[in-house]
Amino acid sequence: MKKLINDPKNVVLEAASGIALAHSDIVTVSMDPLFIVRKDAPVRGKVGIVSGGGSGHEPLHGGFVGFGMLDAAVPGPVFTSPTPDPILAATHAVDGGAGVLHIVKNYTGDVLNFETAAELAEAEGLTVRSVIVNDDVAVKDSLYTAGRRGVAGTVLVEKIAGAAAERGDDLDAVAAIAERVNAEVRTMGVGLTPCIVPHAGEPSFTLDEDEIEIGIGIHGEPGRERIRLEPADAIVDRLLPHIVDDVPFVSGDRVLLFVNGMGGTPLVELYIVFRRAAELLAERGIEVSRTLVGNFVSSLEMQGCSITVLRLDDELTELYDAPVQTAALRWGR
Amino acid sequence: MGLTGEWARDWVTDSAEVIAQNRVALITLDRPIGDGDHGENLDRGFQQVLAKLDGLAPDATPADVFKLVAMTLISTVGGAAGPLYGTAYLKAAGAVTGAPELDGAAIVAWLTAARDGIVLRGKAESGEKTMIDAWTPAVDAAAGALADGRTEPEILDAAATAAEAGALATEPLVARKGRASYLGERAIGHRDPGAQSTALLLRSAADVAAR
Repeated sequence: MKKLINDPKNVVLEAASGIALAHSDIVTVSMDPLFIVRKDAPVRGKVGIVSGGGSGHEPLHGGFVGFGMLDAAVPGPVFTSPTPDPILAATHAVDGGAGVLHIVKNYTGDVLNFETAAELAEAEGLTVRSVIVNDDVAVKDSLYTAGRRGVAGTVLVEKIAGAAAERGDDLDAVAAIAERVNAEVRTMGVGLTPCIVPHAGEPSFTLDEDEIEIGIGIHGEPGRERIRLEPADAIVDRLLPHIVDDVPFVSGDRVLLFVNGMGGTPLVELYIVFRRAAELLAERGIEVSRTLVGNFVSSLEMQGCSITVLRLDDELTELYDAPVQTAALRWGR
Repeated sequence: MGLTGEWARDWVTDSAEVIAQNRVALITLDRPIGDGDHGENLDRGFQQVLAKLDGLAPDATPADVFKLVAMTLISTVGGAAGPLYGTAYLKAAGAVTGAPELDGAAIVAWLTAARDGIVLRGKAESGEKTMIDAWTPAVDAAAGALADGRTEPEILDAAATAAEAGALATEPLVARKGRASYLGERAIGHRDPGAQSTALLLRSAADVAAR
């Protein structure tokens, strides 16, 4: 294992200190309990938005704290959900009197810990709503699984819900917008190499030199199948139909196309993936009207990517375009 | 003789030791079908409980000890195991609040409450390859041993033995909850780490009661 770390036990806290120093214009970091909060929190009269989850997915979620997006992010240990106490503390820290929305990726640990925190917050007189993101089409949503995972689409839920809160929507309206984005966004990923959790010291799964995992989750959890490595276009040809045919997205739809890197794949390869995905959408008469390419929901040093498609309407487009000022997304301000 | 607050403290101390000894084994079980953090997280949690044990009043009841375990695990373990085990100990405490000693009926009551709490929080049923598959056989075996007029240590021994068998029996199952559910058929052949840690903790409870 080669990593730029000191002690595996200190990875999350030392990174948090780094974030505090690097982005002191945007956020402040509470070290104990650990959460990253917008510098001007709580914003009076505005719905507060809190997200969080295991570390190792940076810039998710801490990189999305700031004007127009999250009010706070709660990082857990690497790939492990934070406990309820810091979530509760972050919820208090962002409550400006208009209630707080929790945006939670659909992983059992995240859901249970945020649920417990929300119950505690309600017991202390706060108003909390929760939206569970489950955009990963690799997992069949059925009684037989924990349900679809929340993956890269979470960034778009956070961006658009954040804009809705910033323009003054009330808690119900912000939650409804977040639900709507979740209903309109679909993602599927591919993993080329495993990743190593620092305190584990060895890969959490293995892939042969020429093997890839289609439908991989953001912690390297398995997806639909393992196949031999193929050219990028062939891989995109496998992923995109699952994404597009699920809602489904049809000819005439306007969409946002988001190609997300898992951390270890260079941007040059992400653009090759983007090119093919855009071609396929064009062939189906689907108009790509907004785009995002880069490492936004990473899985440590894993090589691979995910493709996310969000169907837009005028309101979602306007909210996506609205100004945002965070460490990882910044425009219009 | 019923189980006292001293038994509960000793159980915590022994649990922390057993979980530390099995940290790597639990990580190894969790890696292929979960995310490899179960041993790490549970070890961290029980070490914290251990550190807080001395802060309890000398006359703390078993329920007081259970409550301390619950609150500490909820706030230190994370993942799914934190809220699930935290809820289990919290409900166990609720079932025997105020009792200085636990007789056989009280043991069955707290085991049942703990299991019901996990079912409620995790929304899992038997046969879904979760810790429920260790807890439910344990509850049933304890109830059976109570009906047979067994002693308190024997009731816990029956629970632990059934939990161990239950954990083993998760190996051929397909998971329907938690991260392992994403594996489908690929989960077959792997033992559920949560069922295994349940078996370890209940075995520890029985061992300490038999001393």
